[in-house]
Amino acid sequence: MNRALTIRRAGPGMTVQDRGRAGYLAFGLSRGGAADPIALAEGAALLSQSPDLAALEMAGMGGEFTASADLRIALTGAEMMATLDGVPLVWNASHLMPAGAVLSIGPARNGTYGYLHLGGGIDLPSRLGSRATHVSAGLGTFLADRDIIPIGEDKGRTVGQILSPEPRFGGGVIRVLPSLQTDMFPSTVLQRFENTKFHRDHRGNRMGVRMNSEGAGFLIDGGLTVLSEVIVPGDIQITGDGAPFVLMSECQTTGGYPRIGTVLPCDLPRVAQAQPGSPLAFRFISQQDGIEAEARAQKTLAGLRGKVQPLVRNPHDMHDLLSYQLISGIITGTEEA
Amino acid sequence: MQDVTNNAQTGDWPSIRTVGYDGMLVSFGDTLSEPANRAALAFRAAVEQSDWSGLFESTTSLVSCFVRFDPQAWGHAALRADLAGLLATRDWYAAPLPDGRRLWRIPTVYGTDLAPQLEEAAQAAGLSPTEAIQSLSQAPVRVQTIGFAPGQPYLGELPACWDIPRQTSLTKRIPEGALAVAIRQMVLFSVSTPTGWRHVGQTAIQLFRPDSATPFVLRPGDEVMFPAVTRAELENMKAAGPDGGATSEVIL
Repeated sequence: MNRALTIRRAGPGMTVQDRGRAGYLAFGLSRGGAADPIALAEGAALLSQSPDLAALEMAGMGGEFTASADLRIALTGAEMMATLDGVPLVWNASHLMPAGAVLSIGPARNGTYGYLHLGGGIDLPSRLGSRATHVSAGLGTFLADRDIIPIGEDKGRTVGQILSPEPRFGGGVIRVLPSLQTDMFPSTVLQRFENTKFHRDHRGNRMGVRMNSEGAGFLIDGGLTVLSEVIVPGDIQITGDGAPFVLMSECQTTGGYPRIGTVLPCDLPRVAQAQPGSPLAFRFISQQDGIEAEARAQKTLAGLRGKVQPLVRNPHDMHDLLSYQLISGIITGTEEA
Repeated sequence: MQDVTNNAQTGDWPSIRTVGYDGMLVSFGDTLSEPANRAALAFRAAVEQSDWSGLFESTTSLVSCFVRFDPQAWGHAALRADLAGLLATRDWYAAPLPDGRRLWRIPTVYGTDLAPQLEEAAQAAGLSPTEAIQSLSQAPVRVQTIGFAPGQPYLGELPACWDIPRQTSLTKRIPEGALAVAIRQMVLFSVSTPTGWRHVGQTAIQLFRPDSATPFVLRPGDEVMFPAVTRAELENMKAAGPDGGATSEVIL
């Protein structure tokens, strides 16, 4: 294998992710894909490559890596402490990872999911149109110590780029659309839902995230006898004990718990990235406002490449200028458009 | 044209409701019935045959057809009108079952430590274990929908005595190939997962084969029987390949 990344040490929730498999709902397979698709778009912008390429998703904790060849890398999503041969690396930026150097990535500091993007992308075989690990469907598994990951050919040369991340960390107000069962909930319950301060439960995963709050739950009469219906990512189901449960990218495709509403897709990364204890609130918006917000979000993602800047450093912070240049590379002037 | 916009609130069916940002659901009832299930399957087939641009995908649940679309290109009002127009073209409850349906026979070990809840389920149904095995192994059931997990069928309808509730607590892990019952339905599990359904039989069929030319084995409308076999027979069939001894023939 010419170009490969060796995982010397894997955190507990490390998977390969891309934008997932759309089109298999009728077969019971949810789309899956990155928990934070904004991070995929940011990584693609930093490396000036296709957003369809697969990256490493790291839940809560990174790992330790070496490369068999010089690789371009980019780090996005939840900020994690990263070093290359002991030298700190800037997050939300692209760097050169020389063959043999040790990349070490620690715990997440301001969110849940961090991403390691590779120039050329992860070159594992595509299954049903995607390289994304879908744990609950048995497509791939969590990565482990000593796994070796093939990396695709990289036509890019540019590193040392930085991007200001789209704001989505630390919780906040999540916009929610009414959905097929919202009308089952009395308006008093809906109001209380909007006025409640939630915290993400620490047990959240790629399938769903439970929301904790003080006070009464949101169970309704007849809520446990509704007929199973289609589930979409972002659906907020009210489980048996009354706690809301936000379904994420790897959710099941049908379910029998009533759904109080659906998180607007562009706000779902904010739910995914909320840390246990981050305050969250839900606010219903109209379908029309949702369509406009989603259009703005898609436009922002499409324009990320134009926001990438050269990573400028203060020379006083650099104890070894030569090593910095080796690590981060420089713009050669011959890179792709 | 019949206005079906808010029928879910008035109790008239079919109804059209939005699902989140990019989904719309056409429902043919709020309880499971054979005509409503058939209507959903036939309506989805018609949606798939339409030349609607902006349609991403469609699927069925037990009594509904779900459409995922591009709301930026095709407004909710326009899609709703298109769906209502298609609904008005015929009586969907009288539609035939899908073409190319198959009858599957999937060998099953009932009870034993492979399927430890047979006795408990039989008792809930008011049957002896022997009667329960007879009932389950001789009842042809239909794939009503594929969902929850890849390639996983919901099958029905079982005789009335099987109208037993789900367990109040979850079984932590039911294995792949497990046959479980509740509310006059069966689920044949395609993955290992927690469940509230009672584990009455064990098969050796692999329903999700991501690297094969047919990744998903069963289709809505297929008929299935679960003939009883011994543990030794099942072991042999399991060793022979992913079908686990299952056979199928096209229903003419």
